[in-house]
Amino acid sequence: MTDAMIGLIALPLAGALATLLLPRSATAVAIGTGLATTVAAGLLLSGVATQGALHYEIGGWSAGLGIALRADGLSALLLMMTALVALAASVYASAYFNTASERARFWPLWLLLWTALNALLLSGDLFNLYVTLELLGLSAVALASLSGRRAAVAAALRYLLVGLLGSMMFLAGVSLLYAGYGTLDLAALSHMVAPGPSAWTALALMTTGLLLKTALFPLHFWLPPAHASAPAPVSAVLSALVVKAAFYLVLRLWLDVFATVVTPAAANLLGLLGAGAVLWGSWHALQAERLKLLAAYSTVAQLGYLFLFFPLLLALPSGPARDLAAGGLVMLALTHGFAKAGLFLAIGVIQQRCGHDTIRQLDGTAQRLPATTFAIALAGVALIGLPPSGAFLGKWQLLAGAVETGQWLWLVVTAVGSLLAAAYIFKVLGHAFGHRPYPNQPVTVAREEWPALLLAGMAALVLGLSGAPMWKLLELGI
Amino acid sequence: MNWDAWLPVLVVASSLLPGLVIFFLSEGSHRLRTALNLAGAILKLVLVGILIWGVFHEHVYESRWTLAPGLELVLHADTLSVLFVTLSTVLWLVTTVYAIGYLEKAPHRSRFFGFFSLCVSATVGLALAGNLFTFVIFFELLTLVTYPLVAHRGTPEAVRGARIYLAYTLGGGMLLLIGTVWLHVLAGPTAFVEGGILSSLPAAYHPQLKIIFLLLIMGLGVKAALVPLHGWLPQAMVAPAPVSALLHAVAVVKAGAFGIVRVVYDVYGVNFTDQLGLLTGLGIAAAITIVYGSVMALFQDNLKKRLAYSTVSQVSYIALGTAILGPIGTIGGIVHLVHQGIMKITLFFTAGNYAETLGIHKISEMNGVGRRMPATTLAFSIAALGMIGVPPVAGFVSKWYLGLGALEAGMAAWVMPVLITSSVLNAAYFLPVLYRAWFREPGPAWPAEHIPAARFETSAALLWPPVITATLALAAGLFAAAPYSPLEWATLIAHREYGL
Amino acid sequence: MLTTQILYALTGCMIVALGLRGALLHASVLQRIVAINVMGAGVFMLLIAVAYRGPGLPPDPVPHALVLTGIVVAVSATALALALVRRLHAEQEDD
Repeated sequence: MTDAMIGLIALPLAGALATLLLPRSATAVAIGTGLATTVAAGLLLSGVATQGALHYEIGGWSAGLGIALRADGLSALLLMMTALVALAASVYASAYFNTASERARFWPLWLLLWTALNALLLSGDLFNLYVTLELLGLSAVALASLSGRRAAVAAALRYLLVGLLGSMMFLAGVSLLYAGYGTLDLAALSHMVAPGPSAWTALALMTTGLLLKTALFPLHFWLPPAHASAPAPVSAVLSALVVKAAFYLVLRLWLDVFATVVTPAAANLLGLLGAGAVLWGSWHALQAERLKLLAAYSTVAQLGYLFLFFPLLLALPSGPARDLAAGGLVMLALTHGFAKAGLFLAIGVIQQRCGHDTIRQLDGTAQRLPATTFAIALAGVALIGLPPSGAFLGKWQLLAGAVETGQWLWLVVTAVGSLLAAAYIFKVLGHAFGHRPYPNQPVTVAREEWPALLLAGMAALVLGLSGAPMWKLLELGI
Repeated sequence: MNWDAWLPVLVVASSLLPGLVIFFLSEGSHRLRTALNLAGAILKLVLVGILIWGVFHEHVYESRWTLAPGLELVLHADTLSVLFVTLSTVLWLVTTVYAIGYLEKAPHRSRFFGFFSLCVSATVGLALAGNLFTFVIFFELLTLVTYPLVAHRGTPEAVRGARIYLAYTLGGGMLLLIGTVWLHVLAGPTAFVEGGILSSLPAAYHPQLKIIFLLLIMGLGVKAALVPLHGWLPQAMVAPAPVSALLHAVAVVKAGAFGIVRVVYDVYGVNFTDQLGLLTGLGIAAAITIVYGSVMALFQDNLKKRLAYSTVSQVSYIALGTAILGPIGTIGGIVHLVHQGIMKITLFFTAGNYAETLGIHKISEMNGVGRRMPATTLAFSIAALGMIGVPPVAGFVSKWYLGLGALEAGMAAWVMPVLITSSVLNAAYFLPVLYRAWFREPGPAWPAEHIPAARFETSAALLWPPVITATLALAAGLFAAAPYSPLEWATLIAHREYGL
Repeated sequence: MLTTQILYALTGCMIVALGLRGALLHASVLQRIVAINVMGAGVFMLLIAVAYRGPGLPPDPVPHALVLTGIVVAVSATALALALVRRLHAEQEDD
């Protein structure tokens, strides 16, 4: 299994270098690397499922000076999601980019991004986390600015500066932690950290830095323009994976490292910000005129739901109720990853066919592309949280936790947010109905439409119907 | 092969799988599409027959699938579910034939029949749900798959009507979900057990249980068109006639009513509900709806809208029956589930026939139509008389039991006036229509004669379904005492609920 | 008891604060990039202060490694930022 962990980092890295050196066969190399990485992720997941949390020290140097890789239920699941989403988006991207120069610039950065994601999810100490966080940020910015148009470059620049700001704050927090406890290893820290001014300051700094990167309201302002003007496969990965990585770090810090330090008041603050995100994001998604902006604001809203879990997790006593809620959180995060990626890929297909993604002018196109419209419908079902999607189970746990702890505000916010999501999704789908007859084949360009359809199907059907083992897997993590 | 566990799944799958295949068929392959549709319907009918026999002999058919710890998808066949499943299956077969005739040459038929099959699968799944969680899942799925059917025509009015439909039903669904989650937290997995499971909870929970009941009934009441949550129903008339027929007789509206029956009998238990003082409130809401719907129907000139308001009124008889404590009232409410379904679908089929054959949409255009389309108008008349409560059509049986049940429960003081007023109003808005159809001279020309008069008044696929369902309505009334009749089955359900 | 270590640490914090102020308040992009670099310098100073282990003892290499990594990251990120600024400038000139 340690081979799988190393492979997850080494394969995309090697692939990135290979695509840089062999620009003409870049696409083939990239897809091959993607397949290999996905296999590695699958192996890791099955390894964690059978053996429990895994641990590997690179080079044999023990924790303290060495770099430790750790995989538990949570990271294995997120790694699997990353692999599947990135693979599907890669297949889509192979048909999306037309010129050789675009491809030559795209593939190395794309595989570097994948490397950074995997490395971040496998990191067991704060130093490594910082490095991978930076790598992630830089490659994401470069990819976002790929089209070279003014809107994209300006948005990417803002993304970069905000990201740097966040990283600096994160680093400041890391230095405080090191000053206080003399180690950077996550597992060691989780035993040692005790409440006190330095711990609180470190927590505040690191959390704020990460909240900037995960675009939690009100620090979300950079996300809609950046995600809306990036190329479609990039938007998919940015919304589904990159912001999720920063959220994963917040989760680890709050539930593992700083578990003794966090207070219900602080958790309530996160919950309130999450509530603001849900309402603000959903409202703006409803007002959006372009599909990509709608999807970007929807990301802001959906991330808000994830933060609503924090006050619940802190209020519930340790036990089955808490485990259920934690599982709901992960299920919601996973479903959103697949659904949002599928949505962006489908929007990309529409944008390429018609040259625009204005919602009001969608009438003819939605009927010409039935498979893509169906993908949007499935992704929409998962974003609203209707059964049988995984998001339904996640929201159920959110509602149940709110009832159990008597925190009714989160229940109301979830209900209103879901109805707003239904409003903006069905606004788009309303344009799918019209008088024009069907084309004879439901799928027109396979490489472009199948990835979106499969991702959306994963979110809306597979996760919800077969997700039960996930809760058992998570007992190994949170 | 454990058949007992597979049978409920197969009943759902028999329309789900053909539906999924139909989506991928091209527009031109109507033979294959028809074959798939009918094969699925007939297979389902056979499976349901086995189910009826088995449940009558106290066989247990149950399938379980865990979605998350503590959350299980359960399909379980008990007497009440068999009643609803049978109604859905029989009426689906008839509606499929009707829809094939109605939509000939219309665009997007593969999409239509695909969602049509999914709609029936959702309804059957809902009927077979063995706990509240499963019920809620299929309830929401039903909303999703009926949306494309309402918006099918693609005109701005259709899309708008569908959006209103969605706003109401998703809002209701959210209320239902919150109530269900709350109940889950208080009482654990809420399996449907005859006599209810909540009476054993400590008294400290009672205020919460009352609020939960309100949430559940409101959520279900949107689909069941309880006033003032009924606003979507007249708007949804933009759908093609087969959709209106299915939605109003079988799927959506009945699902809401069925849910109310389940909550009162199998979650709370009818005695406990009465203890909490909630039964009276339900009865009053039902009574208001019955009268309001009938009054509004009087003022509609559009035939489908009049039938829509009539549905609003008639479905609440089921809720009223639920609110009457005692087995006879229960029988009245439950048997009306079947009777109203058969009668209302007949009315919608005939309305669709008038529109498709002669372009008639308004009642004022119906003068003398009985001469041009005698069989259709005869079916319409039988169903209308049943709605009014004239024996021997089925509607009379339901009203009789409701009245008798009210007398026994000591609620006759306000239930009887409601029943009588409603019957008078029904007569007031149906009899003039019958008079126009049979006894008035037709105008110079019909609004738009799409299908000219030939050997039969209209195409076979449009003619036979209403004739068959009208005959069923008559038979359900005439042969109500026969074994396996809807009345006998409802009596069986009531006996098992009250432990008699 | 203002030891050298605490002095370095406090100076580092002040520089971070100054950089943060600059990053948030300056209008021009270039000024903001410089401000973020200043912030970085402040964090590095903080880290160097943390590395001090006592008179005569060799300093702790882990914070030093963090500082070196941080410098590399800051340089590459600044390079990327400047490239984007140049591209933006070129786009605006084309109008």
